[in-house]
Amino acid sequence: MSIIELRNIRKSFGTVEVIHDVSFSVEKGEVVCIIGPSGSGKSTLLRCINGLETYQGGSIAVHGQRVDTGSSAIRQLRTRVAMVFQRFNLFPHRTALENVAEGPIFVKKEPREEVLKRSRDLLTRVGLGAKIDAYPAQLSGGQQQRVAIARALGMKPDAILFDEPTSALDPELVGEVLAVMRSLADEGMTMVVVTHEMGFAREVADRVLFLDGGVLVEEGPPDEVLSRPQNPRTQDFLRRILPS
Amino acid sequence: MTHFLSQVPTYLPILMQGVYLTLLVTLGAFVLATALGLVWAFMRVSGIAPLAWTARTIIVIVRGIPGIVTLFYIYFVLPDLGLSLTAVQAAIIGLGIAYSPYMAEVFRSGIEAIDRGQTEAALSIGMGWGLLMRRVVLPQAIRVALPPYGSTMVMLLKDSSLASTITVAELSLQGKLLASSTFENTTIFTMVALIYLAMSLPLTAFNGWLERRLRQAR
Repeated sequence: MSIIELRNIRKSFGTVEVIHDVSFSVEKGEVVCIIGPSGSGKSTLLRCINGLETYQGGSIAVHGQRVDTGSSAIRQLRTRVAMVFQRFNLFPHRTALENVAEGPIFVKKEPREEVLKRSRDLLTRVGLGAKIDAYPAQLSGGQQQRVAIARALGMKPDAILFDEPTSALDPELVGEVLAVMRSLADEGMTMVVVTHEMGFAREVADRVLFLDGGVLVEEGPPDEVLSRPQNPRTQDFLRRILPS
Repeated sequence: MTHFLSQVPTYLPILMQGVYLTLLVTLGAFVLATALGLVWAFMRVSGIAPLAWTARTIIVIVRGIPGIVTLFYIYFVLPDLGLSLTAVQAAIIGLGIAYSPYMAEVFRSGIEAIDRGQTEAALSIGMGWGLLMRRVVLPQAIRVALPPYGSTMVMLLKDSSLASTITVAELSLQGKLLASSTFENTTIFTMVALIYLAMSLPLTAFNGWLERRLRQAR
């Protein structure tokens, strides 16, 4: 069974439909990258998966369970599908360690000492073993995003959604975040990544989805979609963003 | 000046009785206004339309009525409905209610100043509304709300003098009674003014200290 399954998703803001009949699924251990122009609905689609946005038509299921923003099950479901945001969204009044431990201790009610130990290990794993007690404001953008990834991992999720995780970073900080994401992919983490990093998509993704104007235009393995796109809209988009 | 200083020891003990009531009314009303203000603010940001609408209506109505009228209402009208309160009780409840809309707006502006991304991050790790407020939004909102909260506290201290209109012999009424029986207007009202100032300065200082502390914790 797929971990995440979207069927005929429609999403409107007011009277404007921004996602038209999109279907795809994500298997365990798969890395799916969603690419496309700004305003194509990539982030909105991703946010529907963990119920940060409602959708008007179709169905989204995680492990076969329907994602319904209005239901009480949504909270449980969110603990299984973690999210990494473009602007990190770390809690500024808590240290790196506290940011990572917050969910496991207060939401999942896991034993404090165990969580703190695991959180330290996770921060070490993303290369921030020396910054455990730093507040977000004391960290660079790249470091903050790595704490955010550790925070997602702290929930022991089945899958992680990344919403343009490197778009708010200075160019020289992008690499450190992508490196962490790459190692997660290597370890078999299921990931859905909305990104403009074509290099990352090409190397790490199992599948690339090209979304344009709220329509899933093309999907397939990265060397097909990125190197030999069939659809003229994909060709046009890639021509504009990739150096020839 | 020497006259003033020579009179201070005579009048101070009598005025201090008023200070006790001023502090009692201020503190009581402050606690009540804070509690009610939090309730109104939470109702407004709850996202539940009937609650938000109710809170908004209460705020508009209470804010539109002068505090002194609220006091009259509670002290003089409620007994007609079978609820008699002492003057001090009526003062605390009346001022507490009259100040609750200002508190509510202070808290609401603090809560709404918190970036939407904070809420989303909290939701994304499975937090419900209560945990989200307690662990993520309120600790940050307090920093934003503290300066206006402090000003409101000082305003309330001064407005506790409204209690004099319903026979609470707090500082201002005590001063007025004393002045009218001694004709020492200058001495006594200067003392009253200085005592109010002496009470508000520590409040302001405490607030500044709290603000600095919270900023450091960041």
